[in-house]
Formats: sequence, C-alpha cells, structure tokens
Amino acid sequence: MGRFSALLPELILSIGGTVLMMVAAFTGRRGSTLVSWLAIALLLGATAALVGAPSHAGPVFDGLVSEDLFASFGKAIIFPAAAIAIIAAHGWFERGTEHASEYAVLIVFSAVGMSVMVSASSLISLYVGLELTSLASYVLAAYRRTDERSAEAGLKYFVLGALASGILLYGISLLYGFTGTTNFTGLAAAFARGAPSLGLLFGLVFLLAGLAFKISAVPFHMWTPDVYEGAPTPVTAFFASAPKVAAVLLSTRVCIEALAPATDAWRQIVIFAALASIFLGAVAAYGQTNIKRLLAYSSINNVGFALVGLAGAGPQGASSVLFYMAVYVVMTLGAFLCVLWMRDSEGRPVESIASLSGLAQTRPAYAAALAIFMFSLAGIPPLFGFWPKLLVFRAAVASGFVPLAVAAILGTVIGAYYYLRIVKVMYMDEPAEPYGRVREPIQGALILLAAILISPIGYLLIGPLGSLTDRAAGSLF
Amino acid sequence: MNSIPWLSLLIVVPLLGGIVCLFVRDNGARWAALIATLIDFALSIYLWVQYDPDGAQWQFVEKMPLSGGVNWALGIDGIALLLIVLTAFLMPICIGASWRAIEKRVPEYMAYFLLMEALIMGSFAAQDLFLFYIFFEGGLIPMYLIIGVWGGAERIKASYKFFLYTLFGSVLMLIAMLYMAGTAHTTSIPALMAYDFPADAQKWLFLAFLASFAVKLPMWPVHTWLPDAHVQAPTAGSVILAGVLLKLGGYGFIRFSLPMFPDGSALFIPLMFGLSAVAAIYTSLVALVQTDMKKLIAYSSVAHMAFVTFGLFAMNRQGIEGAMLVMLGHGLVSGALFLCVGVVYDRLHTRDISRYGGLSDNMPGYALLFMVFTMASIGLPGTSNFPGEFLSMVGTYQASSWAAVAACFSTILAAAYMLYLYWRICFGTQRNKDAAAMPDLSAREWWLLAPIAAAVFWMGIYPESFLRPMRNDIGRVLARMERVAPAGDSHIVVPTMANGMHMDHGATH
Repeated sequence: MGRFSALLPELILSIGGTVLMMVAAFTGRRGSTLVSWLAIALLLGATAALVGAPSHAGPVFDGLVSEDLFASFGKAIIFPAAAIAIIAAHGWFERGTEHASEYAVLIVFSAVGMSVMVSASSLISLYVGLELTSLASYVLAAYRRTDERSAEAGLKYFVLGALASGILLYGISLLYGFTGTTNFTGLAAAFARGAPSLGLLFGLVFLLAGLAFKISAVPFHMWTPDVYEGAPTPVTAFFASAPKVAAVLLSTRVCIEALAPATDAWRQIVIFAALASIFLGAVAAYGQTNIKRLLAYSSINNVGFALVGLAGAGPQGASSVLFYMAVYVVMTLGAFLCVLWMRDSEGRPVESIASLSGLAQTRPAYAAALAIFMFSLAGIPPLFGFWPKLLVFRAAVASGFVPLAVAAILGTVIGAYYYLRIVKVMYMDEPAEPYGRVREPIQGALILLAAILISPIGYLLIGPLGSLTDRAAGSLF
Repeated sequence: MNSIPWLSLLIVVPLLGGIVCLFVRDNGARWAALIATLIDFALSIYLWVQYDPDGAQWQFVEKMPLSGGVNWALGIDGIALLLIVLTAFLMPICIGASWRAIEKRVPEYMAYFLLMEALIMGSFAAQDLFLFYIFFEGGLIPMYLIIGVWGGAERIKASYKFFLYTLFGSVLMLIAMLYMAGTAHTTSIPALMAYDFPADAQKWLFLAFLASFAVKLPMWPVHTWLPDAHVQAPTAGSVILAGVLLKLGGYGFIRFSLPMFPDGSALFIPLMFGLSAVAAIYTSLVALVQTDMKKLIAYSSVAHMAFVTFGLFAMNRQGIEGAMLVMLGHGLVSGALFLCVGVVYDRLHTRDISRYGGLSDNMPGYALLFMVFTMASIGLPGTSNFPGEFLSMVGTYQASSWAAVAACFSTILAAAYMLYLYWRICFGTQRNKDAAAMPDLSAREWWLLAPIAAAVFWMGIYPESFLRPMRNDIGRVLARMERVAPAGDSHIVVPTMANGMHMDHGATH
C-alpha cells in the first residue's frame, strides 16, 4: 500500500482521467464545460497530493520510478501548467466542430505521462512516460482536424516524433545490451567501471538525441516552429510549457543520475546543443512574422539556456535548471495567454506580429503585460527573467566553463533583438485596427498574476524558490 | 546608522511618482512628475548636507538580505553622493523641458522618466554587485522606449542601436561579476573593493568591465551609438543621456575597475591613454564638421569624456579628482547645451545649424546663456569645466606627457568647434526670416537654464565644495593603486613642479 500511496498524484490523474473520458463520451458537447472544470480539479488535486511524506518515498517499484523531491518539484510545475492550458482553451474550441471535453481529457493523460517522465528512474518508465505524453500531444496538435494547418502539424509531429522515439529506443536497447540493466543506478555503476565502451557511447548518444528532440534542442528542433504554428494556440501554449519542463527535467535526471560517471562524454553534447539552440533560436527568429512561430524559436532559445545550466553539472547546475524552467513556464504561459487574446473584431484569432502595431495606445495594460514578458524572456533586468539566466551562467562559471557562459550570454544580445521588435511594434508603431475584446476574466487574472510574478516583485521569491530548487536538485546526488 | 532609509526613499519616490503618472491625465502627469523629481532633489540636498566628509567611507548604509545571494544593500560615499545630486538636479529640469515639447502620450513619458531616475539612483547607491547590475541594466528599458516613442525621424534605428550596444557591453561585465562573486565569496561592493584578485584574472576582469563602461562612457571606437541616440532622442532624453547616463561609465571605472583590479588597470594604461587620445582629437575634429547641432554636441561629449579616462588612468590625485569634476561639470554643461538646442528646436523644428544665424539680435537672453555654456564647454576659467579639465591635464602630465599633449589639443579643438557653433548660430547676419522672428526665452526656459548657469559658475569659482566630499574617497581609491600607479615620464621634482604645471597650462591657451 505504501508503494501505491507514493504514486498518489499519478493514480488520481489516471483513474480520474479514465472516468472523465467516459463522461466526455456520454455527454458530448453538453458536458464540455463540466469536464474541463473536473479536469482542472483533478490536476489541482494531484498537485495537492504532492504535499506530504509518501510522495517523497524515493525509489519505488524496484526502482522503476523515483518519487523524490526533484520529481515533486517538476510535477508542481507541470500540473498547474497543464491546468492553465485547459483554462486557456476556454471559449476557443466552441467555435469549431470539435469537442472541448476531449481536449481536457487528453491534457490529463499527457500530464500522467509527464509525471512518469519526471520521476522515471529506469529506461523503461522513461520510455513509457515519454510515449504517453507524446501520443496525447500528437492528437492535441491535430485537434482542429478540419483545419489543414492543424492536421499538418499533427502529422508532422507524429512522423518526426516517431522517428525520435525510434532513435531513443535504439539508444535504450544499446545501453541495455551493453550493461544488462535499464535501471539508472545500474547504468551509473556500469559507466563507472572504467572508460565506456564504444557501444555504451553510441547508446548514450542515441539516448540524448532522442531526448533532444523532445526538448526541441538544435539540431533536433525542426518540428517545433511548424507544430507550434499549426497547432491551435491553447495547444501551443501547452506544448511550450509543461511537456518542455518534463523533458528538460527528464534529461537532467538521465544525465545526472544515470550518466554521471560519463559526464565528460555527455557534456560535450549538451554544450553543443545549448549553444546551437541559443544561436539558432535567436537568429532564426529574426525574419518571423507569425508570433507563434517567433515564440517557438524563443522556446528553442530558452531551452539552450537551461542546457547551459545542465552543462555545469553538479548540484548548482541542476538547481539552476529547475529555477530556469520554473520561471520559463510562467513567462511562456503569460506570453501565450496574451497571444490567445489576439483576436479580430469578430473573435477570429490573429497571429501576425504586425497586428500588434500600436497596441500600447489602444490597449495599454495588455501591451504592458506582453512587453513585460518579452523583456523578461530576453533576460533584461530588473525583470525576473534575468535571474534564472544569471543562475545558469553562474553554474557554468562555477564549473569552470567561462567560455560557454560568454558565448551563451552573447547569444542573449542577439536574441534581445527580436523580443525588442515585438515591443517596438507595440509601442513605437502607429495603431493598427484594434483587437476585439476578449471576455475571459480568469485568463486576464492569470496574465496579471504572471506579469506580477515576472516583474521585479518576483525577486522576493528568490529565497524560497532558490532553497526549494537546491533541495530538489540535491535529491539527485 | 540612520533610522530612516534615505537612499531607499530616493529610489522609491520617483517610482511611486511614475505609478501615479500612469493613472492621471496629461497635466496631472506633468505635475506629478515635477513634484516627485523635486522631492527627490530635496532628498539629495538633504543627503549632501548630512554627509560627513570626514566620517565613515560609506554613509546612509542600509542592508536587507533578500536571501538567495542578493542583498538590498545601499550606501554612498562622496563620489556617489555628488553624482546622485547631479541626477536629482537635472531631473526636474528635464521634466520642465518636456512640459510643452512632449504632447503625445504624456503620462507614459513621465512614467518612464521617473522609472529611469529610480534606476539611476539605484545604480549609484547600490552596494551589492548584482543589485548594481540590475539597476544599471534596467535603465536601458525606459531609455529605449523614450528614444523609440518620442524620438525624431530615425528613432527606431537609434533606439535599437542604443539598446543592443549597451546590452552587449554589459553582459560581458555580468560574466566577470559572476566570476568575482564565485572567487571572493561575496557580492558586497565595499568588500570587493578591498579584495585582491589574482593578477592574471584581473586582466580579464578589467577587459570585461571595460567592455561595459567603455560603451556607456562612451570611448572611441564604441561611441557610435551616442550621436544617433542623442540626435533622435527628445531634448530631455538627450539631457539625461549626456548628463547622467554617460556618468555611469565613469562611475563604473572609479568604483569597480580601478579599486578592484589595480593590476589589470595598470596593465592597460597605454590602451586607455591611446583610446582617450584618439577620442580627444578625432571626435573633436568630427564635431568641427557637423551641420546638426545635437550631433556636434554629442561628439563633443565623447571628446570631453576622454578627459575623464585620461584623468582616471593617470592614477594620481589630481587626475582622479579632475576626472570626477569633469564628469560633474560636463553633466551640467552638456545638459544645458542640449536644452539650448531644444529651445530653438521647439521654435523652428530643425537642428540644421545653417538655418539659424544672428540670434543675438532677436534672442539676447538666449544668446547670453548659450554663451555661458559655450564658454563652460570650452573650459574657460571661472566655469565648471575648467577645474576639472585642468586637474585632469595636470594629472595626466605626471603620468605621461604625450597623453597630456593630446588632452591639450582637445581643449584647443573644443574652443574651435564650440566657438564656430556659437558664431554660426548667434552671430553673423540673420539669414532666415523665421529664425529672425523667434521670440526670446520664455519664463519657463529661464527657469530651466538659469539654475544650471548658477551651478556652472559655482563649480568654476569654488570647486572645493564639490571636491571636499570626494577627497577621502579618492584617497582610498589611490591607496589601492599606490603599488601600480605609473611613474610618469615628466620627472617632476618639487622646485620645478610649479614650472611644469605652468607650461602645461600655457599650452592650452
């Protein structure tokens, strides 16, 4: 029983999700609001279930999953982020032919998968969690099935995702073949036995390549802009937040728990991926005219910075990754909620950056919120987005990777340009046709909350959040 | 030490004023901004009066740990004090200069200005490395918006250039700060000023900080953002840019580079002197051929900032005191000159020098004040720039006579381009009817310019009141550099010292 109580959040979501699926199937369109709220309640309930001793039980089920503080920290970000993705969809799908209720159910199942991802301590549970999330995500990307772009996004995501899964599985099979174990601690022991063999190295490379796809790090990022652009905006908001956190945390755990003795081997890969993501994410965003595509490149860019912290290895590095992802989620969800509000006078979504023109004059508060998110994503103090960047650079410098930190920080200057461009369009250009009013008080409150957290007021959180990430990262070592 | 957190008040007052501005209409915002800046000015005067020049190095100290490595640590020494007073003095003048000139989106404009004042005050008062960085860097956002929204025709390009140039410089400094915090295990600026970094590391740390401060000051060849930003910014934006933001660069050198990395600084003296010499002569020549009034003054700023770097890297008392006085004096004079440009720009909406001429006929009051500031910019004795430039040259001469020669040429060229500018605008025949019909200074404009003129004379006639608060602090900086200060090639011995100074002085006129 004790073992099951350690999995309480997952159990709540799995059982609740199955029941909700039935409710959704039998109530159809009528029940969509009910199902959405129940799904949000489930996710918040699962978050509440994280509090308490059983959820920090350490390895359970013969080391398949590890319910430690690291996993709990990840889930504490993922579940609320998933709940916000459901709130974000409110009023979005009613216009089409789709059932909004299934959307909520899919998000719940995806959250189960992410939950397994962040607590996985075996290659098998890693793969199961990843696939559970991915399968739900493929469907979500194609959710607006009558829309060609959405269908294309789903298909593209599926084909490339399947390829990545294949690469990942191949890596897993190599690692299993050469070590005889799928357990992270077992793998670490195998890597600790002298220099790793060629087979082990190949396994490591394939494993990391598969993970890089999931976190959309360069050079496995190609799907991101297309999928982000094509998927319905609430789905994009979801993709950019919760699954990203789960995948980054999973990669952190794999690198630090399973591959710690081979740090020198994976570090090169991580450093390359980090720098490539930062620079490509920054440069490729220049010419974009679609805000969702731009934010896709921004997410690639941001993952690069999180990887800089990972390259620092050590507790400080892991802690900085956690901090980074926590702040990143707030900034990204805030930015996407703003994008959700970009609708023309008849309520149809607008995605062009040009339509933001002069927003500061027509809708000052809205423009100010988006400007805060943009400056914060660019890492400009005194906004809170600066602090996690400082932490990852500090981790890199503390581990002696000064050139990496220098290169990455120069990337922030390049990246600053396109965030500034959004601010420029909103503040310095002449007003374009104003957007239609969106009456979503909850979303408005969430935007306000995110903007407040990201404003300099957020610095008050450094203490509590910092000690939490330190302890969470400490549970990996 | 104090029960009332004066420095926090200094930061919070404009911040609150800025928030108020966002919720009122145009005129309310103007008055709110003026009141907030005047309160801040009164606070800064109070600090000046209360500051004890012979007291502790850091006064009005406040410290509140925010946990997680950053401290809300504030405190000022004499150097920071005077720069704070300068900022607080110029701010109400900037608000006054924008009173009529800014007509669109007034509340926003005032809010950004007040936000910037808060951030600048914070940078001068910060005693924590990262707190300093947050304030220092945060100032980019309001300035970016001020240039970009209320600037001239090329404002977008200028705002980008300003933002990205300065950001590029600053991020390298951030890496250096991370290294320093990791090595010295403290982020307290006073503690770091006494910490000896390994000489090899100092070299790199110095270069990283140089990247930031050289852009901010600016030094040749990274000055190119400045003319663009100045020309495109609204008048008050130029005033605050030239008067205060540039001073952050010089302040950075004297607060960080010199006391924290004395070995690194000494190693790069030839580089600093070389760049300063180029700036002093090259940018003066560039200023000579400008046809745009603001651009001319912008280039003259770069040239004047060369006196700051000359003086600082001479690493002797005269040099550093001179550098500080040049910063203060230039803050007043360049601010006033930009205001003078603003006065005629508001009337004729052109900055083209050739459109003006003979203004002393129809605008005698304007011509008088403009003359005062022109002379001050040249460094005429009795005006604010003279003691600074003179001391800076004396200091430089002791360190390197060649550098002093370049500095002297800069003074001569300054006289050339400033007098040429004044002649073309105020003297000669009246070529354009509309220029000839312009009315003289309004009461508001007198209120803006006369206080600066008074301060200019005060600094020129009795610089001691400005030198006094800084003296001990400059002594402390010097003590850190005693070991490494350049021996100099002028071989001054006591009996001939007066002679050497005399010759040096003579060469400037």
